Amino acid sequence: MRRWLYLLPVAVFALMAVGFYVGLGRDPEVLPSPLIDEEAPQFALPPLPGSDKGLSSADLTGSVSLVNVFASWCKPCREEHAVLIALAATKRLPIYGIDQKDKTEAVTAWLAELGNPYTRIGADDGQASIAWGVYGVPETYLIDKTGHIRYKHVGPLSQADIDKTILPLAARLGQ
Amino acid sequence: MRRWFPFALIVFAVLIALAALMPVPAHAVRPDEMLADPALEARAREIGKELRCLVCRNQSIDDSDADLAHDIRVLVRQRLAAGDTNAQVIAYIRSRYGDYVLLKPPFQFDTWLLWGGPAAVLLVGLVGVGRYLRRQAGMTAAPPLSAEEERRLAAVIEDKPPP
Repeated sequence: MRRWLYLLPVAVFALMAVGFYVGLGRDPEVLPSPLIDEEAPQFALPPLPGSDKGLSSADLTGSVSLVNVFASWCKPCREEHAVLIALAATKRLPIYGIDQKDKTEAVTAWLAELGNPYTRIGADDGQASIAWGVYGVPETYLIDKTGHIRYKHVGPLSQADIDKTILPLAARLGQ
Repeated sequence: MRRWFPFALIVFAVLIALAALMPVPAHAVRPDEMLADPALEARAREIGKELRCLVCRNQSIDDSDADLAHDIRVLVRQRLAAGDTNAQVIAYIRSRYGDYVLLKPPFQFDTWLLWGGPAAVLLVGLVGVGRYLRRQAGMTAAPPLSAEEERRLAAVIEDKPPP
């Protein structure tokens, strides 16, 4: 008989094992963004009341920057906020905020309570978020000097994410 | 078992099948979102059926009450009103959210296994069945029993020790 046929189930099993190993290690909540390495979308958002610094596409060129989509109604954003405050204190890169579907009093109170790590904040009614491909808050994008999106993080940033991923990548993009 | 039982079972199965075939209305589209032009609104529904709500994952944006689904429905209608074709609207949403936003995966390089897999399995099965049938047809019939064998067989059937 053809001996190699006996090896077929082993080969199929090995293939499936590799497939499951790769597949199960992936977080199904995180979707790949088609905007990676693309130019950041065109948008222009008004500032929050009491500020004259809104956010638009033109602000994203010139230096490596972080764009953080947040909202005062978003629970994980509160957790992430301390990490952003610490990052802002290092003055390594500007952090721009897209405040999604927020009430102005709510976000003003939120920033007063927790501090404001953002260089500029744009108030978004939801359309700019769609242009950025945002499907959950918070989401964070790393933008290079030419205004291209180089990295996307879904969910709250942890200090480890900043130290191990964001800052090394930002340093490389800044060269 | 009572006589009517199988009959009731069939009626029940037919009712279930009919219910499953009924078109499900788009629950989540709010009246204030709808376009005044029925033709444009109908196109918006066509598009809405094909787009996945990325918050709930297994619902279309027309079926989902999520905020994001609402925003995308509004965007779809704005674009249609501005004169985009259905394909242009879908292409825009796809360029923001990727292939996953399409409820029906496109046929392309990284989905050939998904689309071709069932056909390939069917083909392998057909080839297997064909080979099996051919081998069966090619087999010669067993030679008839000899007289001695017939005698021993009869003895076994009658459960007597062979003479």
